[in-house]
Amino acid sequence: MRYVEEFRDPKAARALIARIAEVADAIGATKDEPVRIMEICGGHTHAIFRYGLDKLVHEGIEFIHGPGCPVCVLPMARVDECVEIAERPGVIFTTFGDAMRVPGTKGSLMQAKARGADVRMVYSPLDALELARRNPDREVVFFGLGFETTTPSTALTLLQAAREQIPNFSIFCNHITVPPPLKALLDDPWMMLDGFVGPGHVSMVIGVHAYDFIAADYGKPIVVAGFEPLDLLQSVLMVLEQIRYGRAEVENQYARVVPEHGNPISLKAIDEVYEPRPSFEWRGLGEIDASGLRIRPAFAAWDAEEKFGIGYAAGPRHVAEPEGCACGQVMTGRIKPTACPRFGAGCSPETPLGALMVSSEGACAAYWQYGGARVAAE
Amino acid sequence: MKDGLRPARTLRDERVTLAHGGGGRAMRDLVESVFTAAFEPPGMEDQARLTSAALAEPGARLAFTTDSFVVTPVEFPGGDIGKLAVCGTVNDLAVGGARPLWLSAAFIIEEGCEVALLRRIAATMRAEADRAGVRIVTGDTKVVQRGAADRVYVTTSGVGVIPPGREMAAGNVRPGDVALVNGVLGDHGAAILAARGDLALSTDLQSDCASLDRLIEATLAAAPGLRCARDATRGGIASALNEIAEASALSIELDETALPLRPEVKGMCEILGLDPLYLANEGTLVAFVPEDQADAALAAMRALPEGAGAVAIGRAQAGEPGRVTMRTAFGGRRIVDMLVGEQLPRIC
Repeated sequence: MRYVEEFRDPKAARALIARIAEVADAIGATKDEPVRIMEICGGHTHAIFRYGLDKLVHEGIEFIHGPGCPVCVLPMARVDECVEIAERPGVIFTTFGDAMRVPGTKGSLMQAKARGADVRMVYSPLDALELARRNPDREVVFFGLGFETTTPSTALTLLQAAREQIPNFSIFCNHITVPPPLKALLDDPWMMLDGFVGPGHVSMVIGVHAYDFIAADYGKPIVVAGFEPLDLLQSVLMVLEQIRYGRAEVENQYARVVPEHGNPISLKAIDEVYEPRPSFEWRGLGEIDASGLRIRPAFAAWDAEEKFGIGYAAGPRHVAEPEGCACGQVMTGRIKPTACPRFGAGCSPETPLGALMVSSEGACAAYWQYGGARVAAE
Repeated sequence: MKDGLRPARTLRDERVTLAHGGGGRAMRDLVESVFTAAFEPPGMEDQARLTSAALAEPGARLAFTTDSFVVTPVEFPGGDIGKLAVCGTVNDLAVGGARPLWLSAAFIIEEGCEVALLRRIAATMRAEADRAGVRIVTGDTKVVQRGAADRVYVTTSGVGVIPPGREMAAGNVRPGDVALVNGVLGDHGAAILAARGDLALSTDLQSDCASLDRLIEATLAAAPGLRCARDATRGGIASALNEIAEASALSIELDETALPLRPEVKGMCEILGLDPLYLANEGTLVAFVPEDQADAALAAMRALPEGAGAVAIGRAQAGEPGRVTMRTAFGGRRIVDMLVGEQLPRIC
């Protein structure tokens, strides 16, 4: 736990909180006219609530919870397709744990498992490949989900499957990329954002320059941040300092992990295996150009979309959100989770309607679990 | 084995077959050679016939509980399913203030299960029962087809006696009472996760699996005002505390800096995105005592190996009935809710 505890030091945190308050006052941030900072990543949302940072910082700072939780932005149609694949005879459907509970119109993968589908939780796509080696008479499908953080591992796994010519393994690719939805959010006149805290793990792969357009084209500050409370506090301070002095730059708070140009090996693997889709649907945000990845035709033998004739290969399909579910508005920062009519009224972590209530990184689940909402409501 | 009974035949099979569940000689061989040989129950009738002076005491009450145990892997660092099955039921009795006396043990065995494994399980059960001063007096075995169970499941029921005048219940907790735990949190859950081997994490973690009857008796002797105790099994300490907060209509505030956690458990939780407050324990309890008896209770716990790491972790308060909160190391405050479903590792 060394190298973690030092980024949770309460004394250092108090000093940062005091500095944040000074700068917030200097730029005139108030409760009624707050500085609106979007933390893009669900991991940051979770950390903010876990450490109660939203209540510890100056009241003139408002956190807008961004779309960076891969489970939360997964459209219901894709969950339905997962369930359809999982329920085919002979299939072993493998997935990361937190995708198990996301509801689709046919229920979640966990419910499909209870109905008899062979759904297995794995910790790495390599575990899924190993299952394929050990079960040559079964088709093992891995649910490739997530941003640039998980994309390299599925790319490398697919390359390994191709090298070994393992015929009974395929990836159901739903990988997405971070920059396009940010552009969509910035183009939305409704979004009044003053700055961004960027996801450090994503930049570990893609570097920091992928965000240059935020500063150059939109004139907004962005600070790529780590995931510990001191990382987040320092990043907020860096965003505020930029605002104070009228700067708009891409800064790297997480330099201990994030190289400026990312990880070339990962980028090469991603590029070798995947290509951008013309467009991809995001839950709550709709179709966004070039925001999703698909497997290149050269690797069609390991592409579950091609193997099963499902997903975007079979023509995109859209399923309407459950009635009253305001995940989309929460995800774009238009409303707080508590303002959703279904928050706590038919939608809770026990019986989630929308994906934001399912994943621990979803804004609604974070509000619920750490009581931000219920404390605020009293 | 009692005099006059036919001695157990040696069981030669290495693995259990459906024949061992058939009710005939093969089943008798399995039961006698593996289970009754280890447990030495009094008498060979289908039911145990028991007498206890403790029961005859005016005001004494009978406590009766049952629990089923399924765990993968069946043997893990720090114990096996048999130890869990004895400790679990002994603890269910003990946390209610009962002195555990007798257990039953029923086994659902998967066809193909190794007989040697069953012998090891029976031996740990006997050893743990002796340690806790209980006897395994009756039992049952069933054999199911391969695939219908995962090697072996164990169900234990337990009977104990609550001495006259002893009243431990979550509803008794009062504002100002101090919450104590007897040791580190989450070891069992983390050890089981690591032992499953699919995380490629190597740790020296051991399950905390232990009987807590002696600890509770010692705590009661030092702090007679002990209001209640709960063993923090499935759902972890967070779920036990939420149950107590609800039953007592009080709130409970924890101090994050006081929580006893091993660095390995913390590290594993960091990697997987799990919260140690929700990890299962099998030898950890949370007890509430009046503030003026807290030091005495802690000293009594610390005098025993199963209580060596005892600390105060929080206190009960009036207001906000049913809510458990935690004061974070930063001075922030967050709600510690019941576990929903099961904890699922995060994606990234």
